[in-house]
Amino acid sequence: MAATEQEILAGLGKIINEITGIPASEVTPEKSFVDDLDIDSLSMVEIAVAAQDEFGVEIPDDQLKNLKTVKDVLTFIQG
Amino acid sequence: MSANRVRVVVTGLGATTPVGGDVTSTWTALLAGQSGVATLNADWIDTVPVKFAGTAKVDPAEVLPRPEARRLDRSEQFALVAAREAWQDAGAPDVAPERLGVVVSSGIGGITTTLSAYDTYRERGWNRLSPFTVPMLMPNGPAAWIGLDLKAQAGVHATVSACASGAEAIGHAVDMIRAGRADVVVAGGTEAAIHGLNIAAFAAARTMSQRNDDPARASRPWDRDRDGFVLGEGAGIVVLESEEYAKARGARIYAYAAGVGYSADAHHITQPEPEGRGIIMAMTQALTDAGITGRDVRHVNAHATSTPAGDVGEAQAIAKAIGTHPLVTSTKSMTGHLLGGAGGIESVFTIKALQERIVPATINIENLDDGVDVDLVHGENRALPQGDIAAVNNSFGFGGHNVAVVFKGA
Repeated sequence: MAATEQEILAGLGKIINEITGIPASEVTPEKSFVDDLDIDSLSMVEIAVAAQDEFGVEIPDDQLKNLKTVKDVLTFIQG
Repeated sequence: MSANRVRVVVTGLGATTPVGGDVTSTWTALLAGQSGVATLNADWIDTVPVKFAGTAKVDPAEVLPRPEARRLDRSEQFALVAAREAWQDAGAPDVAPERLGVVVSSGIGGITTTLSAYDTYRERGWNRLSPFTVPMLMPNGPAAWIGLDLKAQAGVHATVSACASGAEAIGHAVDMIRAGRADVVVAGGTEAAIHGLNIAAFAAARTMSQRNDDPARASRPWDRDRDGFVLGEGAGIVVLESEEYAKARGARIYAYAAGVGYSADAHHITQPEPEGRGIIMAMTQALTDAGITGRDVRHVNAHATSTPAGDVGEAQAIAKAIGTHPLVTSTKSMTGHLLGGAGGIESVFTIKALQERIVPATINIENLDDGVDVDLVHGENRALPQGDIAAVNNSFGFGGHNVAVVFKGA
């Protein structure tokens, strides 16, 4: 059974907290990685690697650069 | 020595070692004769003939914030922890970034990162590697992270010379201040090499103790039954400044970093030169550089790693280069050998000995080897005299690198 959006958001919040120290509670769908969460491009690569392990979804580099917000990632993972 | 040369002072100390997570706890443990060496519990332990090491007393990953720790090799974690301690200890000087330098090195670099990243690459593919893999494994990583942390812009350097790396870093920092390139330099050594491959490789070179049934007594410099060095890990960092800069800001001065001597054996890639010519040359040049004679030197923190070949040769070289009178000790009997970190922590210990006028005893000497005619401190700690005295820290490395650093009491 596929994970719900809530479950993916929780998992993503945990990953982002682990990598950046940002509290998981601040990782909400409308947030922009660069503008709101101050996450740089190498951190995004780390997050993508961890998300691939966690959710079993490959995120190619040319897709990664289009994922601007938390919501974008949620949508991508849900396929 | 020219009379008007810039003098260099030590104003801050930092260390994380197998016997303590900072300078105070480490120094207290050394004065109490405590060993930091113990049996290892690692998944590769059955594959190597040496089952023990000096693991850091405090895990640096527990001290640093998690997001920071995960981007750092363990050698970088140690270096950053010790550098921050030293920086705070020096009163966090408000120095212009372009007048602040860093010289910090390890002997081996981010070896555990290299090995684990290789496993990840082979088992899971290139795109599972952390984007920080390169800065974690590069040997200039510890210096670079400290430089970033302190915003140092006067030059950030890594002086790789195996087990002489830490002392050589301090020497280059002294040179950098004397040359007028910086007012303040953070310098020292770090190492995190407790891994099956390193132990296997050093064991293959027949350099490690295999006293598996009694690890805490395995590191026994100058003891007749010594059978090799014991691997340790951690970092030692000092803050150096020009005397003028330090005095102008009212800094507390621990000691003078008065002289440095370098040499190379040009003899063998791993074996010490039997007559000790290279290490005598390094010590002699350090004394000349400091403008002192052997009579001024009252203490030597020796390189002595507990190997059959090295210890007695060094003692004899000390007798020739300095004299038989200094109080000689090897703190490696307690910390194990930190490789590139050794010169860092042992410079810290040499400075503490000058500050507190006490020399921690070498532990584990049951039967003193023949041929040691220096005043070896063992059994109990010994006091150093008051007054204007100097002390020497020796560090030698595979490749035939020899470094001696002279510190003078403040």
